[in-house]
Amino acid sequence: MASVQFKNVSKSFGEFVAVKDMSLEIGDGEFVCLLGPSGCGKTTSLRMIAGLETPTSGSIEIGESDVTFKHPKDRQISMVFQDYALYPHMNLADNIAYPLKVRGESEQNRHKRAQEVADVLKIGHLLERVPAQISGGQQQRTSLARALVYPSKVYLFDEPLSNLDAKLRLEARGFLNHLQRDMGMTAVYVTHDQAEAMALATRIAVMNEGEIVQYAPPIEIYRRPATTFVANFVGNPPMNLLPVEAMIADGGISIRADGLSMDPLPVSARAAKALETGKTLTLGVRPEHLHIAAGGESNTISGKLFANENMGPESLVTLERADAARFTARIFTDDEIRLEQNVSLAFEARHVHLFDADGLRLPFDGE
Amino acid sequence: MRHMFLRFFSRIGFSVFASLIGALFALPLIWFLFAPFNARAELGLAIPNPFTLSNFVTVFNNTFAIRGLWNSLIQSVGGVIFVGVSATLAAYALSRSNMPGKSAVTYVLLLFSSVVSGSAAMVPIFLIVNSVGLIDTHISVILVFAGGLLPTAMFILRDFIDGIPKSYEESAMVAGASPVQAFFDVALPVIRPGIVVIVVWSFVNIWGSFLIPFILLRSSEKMPASVAIYSFYSEAGTPIVTLLAAYALLYSLPVVALYLFVSWKFGFRFFGGIKA
Repeated sequence: MASVQFKNVSKSFGEFVAVKDMSLEIGDGEFVCLLGPSGCGKTTSLRMIAGLETPTSGSIEIGESDVTFKHPKDRQISMVFQDYALYPHMNLADNIAYPLKVRGESEQNRHKRAQEVADVLKIGHLLERVPAQISGGQQQRTSLARALVYPSKVYLFDEPLSNLDAKLRLEARGFLNHLQRDMGMTAVYVTHDQAEAMALATRIAVMNEGEIVQYAPPIEIYRRPATTFVANFVGNPPMNLLPVEAMIADGGISIRADGLSMDPLPVSARAAKALETGKTLTLGVRPEHLHIAAGGESNTISGKLFANENMGPESLVTLERADAARFTARIFTDDEIRLEQNVSLAFEARHVHLFDADGLRLPFDGE
Repeated sequence: MRHMFLRFFSRIGFSVFASLIGALFALPLIWFLFAPFNARAELGLAIPNPFTLSNFVTVFNNTFAIRGLWNSLIQSVGGVIFVGVSATLAAYALSRSNMPGKSAVTYVLLLFSSVVSGSAAMVPIFLIVNSVGLIDTHISVILVFAGGLLPTAMFILRDFIDGIPKSYEESAMVAGASPVQAFFDVALPVIRPGIVVIVVWSFVNIWGSFLIPFILLRSSEKMPASVAIYSFYSEAGTPIVTLLAAYALLYSLPVVALYLFVSWKFGFRFFGGIKA
């Protein structure tokens, strides 16, 4: 196992800049997820660690040694591809043992080792088959077995679960989490699925337009998103964001918007600074922090009922304000929720997030 | 009820019509199978009576004709190896590299290739081959065919390789394989169905070609079967039908054998990536 370091790495394809001056440190034994929408540069970053792309500038280190221009075969890494890249002309045993074959292991040792790994992944009984004869989930585990068959410094995953159906994906995700706990491997995992990143990562690097927006443990990303982009990307459904007018009055920040009624928030240094130049902020509240107002709450937002979706253990209640902005609440009850045409949702002040006009988070004092 | 009858009879009418057309097309083939075994074969269709191999005996005694088959084999196999190897390497490079203007290269070559194997270019080709000193050699025939067939072969193969995900070789290289290893272990077996198509196509092309060997070769012991077949014409230019039929059957056997072998071994199907 080893650490991975990006030092001011940029990569462009012609005019298009895929990765902009990225610096990132992935510790030994860490499981880091690169999370972002498609085209944000996450896969390019991963391929640069693998050596399948060469940075335009900057350098990449694996375990203290500079690998920027090294051939993939000399990096001692393994990688699981999105399309699995299983060799159609080889049976599973030869597929899994291929890395050992190029390392000159004897056929007997190779197949013994392949059998061991395949047994762990519960595909040991399929080794004689070719990839076209097994299911998608089994193909995925085969490609995982091929990555695990030899010791690597870093394990790379390029959206390995995105071709699985929802149920298999959950199962494979749980297995990967178990594997990480078991092996303590250094892993870099690319995904656009925030739930996957939250579940697996020790740290998440949220990327947008070739840059890292926030690099922090999952709980930190969830609790204190650095920008509106992160707030909107992480969480399901995403955080409710609402442009509001704010000003400092009577030692608090008073916040105004249509349908919104709030007690003044405590003034923080950053918020005070932001309000010197303008008065438009963005208010954010996560859906799980909203509940149906019972009357008497001091922080509420109201509007017309837009949707009421019962999901079993929870319900999603969405209201629409006069300006068509929507606010969704995630209500944890297995009772059916009956609502009038007009709905009020309430929240607590400690669950409020504030962002400045540029979308940067305004932390409260002491955060 | 009436409707059903109508459908029934129109169905019969269609079948009769289709059979007639089928028979019309089958006649020459049936002639081709019967005539070689008929000592008195003419251009009309006749069932051999008695069934005889005497035509073949006469053909096998004609050394020029038999050597022609052997020469065809040398030129075709030589050309196929040349085209197969070069087209595979070139198409792989054109598909996988980021060389600027690589499609332009392919299209320009494709354009000129139709000139090379066309009869308009025969005079310059003869002059070139003559000045290089390769007139009357198997190599000259192989090279000219390669020049004519390679661009199309490259074009077909490149398209085929483009459809194969790069991640095959990438995963091999990440697993520790050198680019050469990745090519032979992973890429080549996946490309093989495409190569087989190229091999069959170029074999058939060279095997059946008359003009190029006829112009580039001088001595009778190097002529391929496509030229040698003219030894079964009389001085006046009339075909000796019995011998011609027997020789034509022999001449067509290798191509048929190749088709059968390939469809048995590879089944003429492409397998690209695994459906994900």
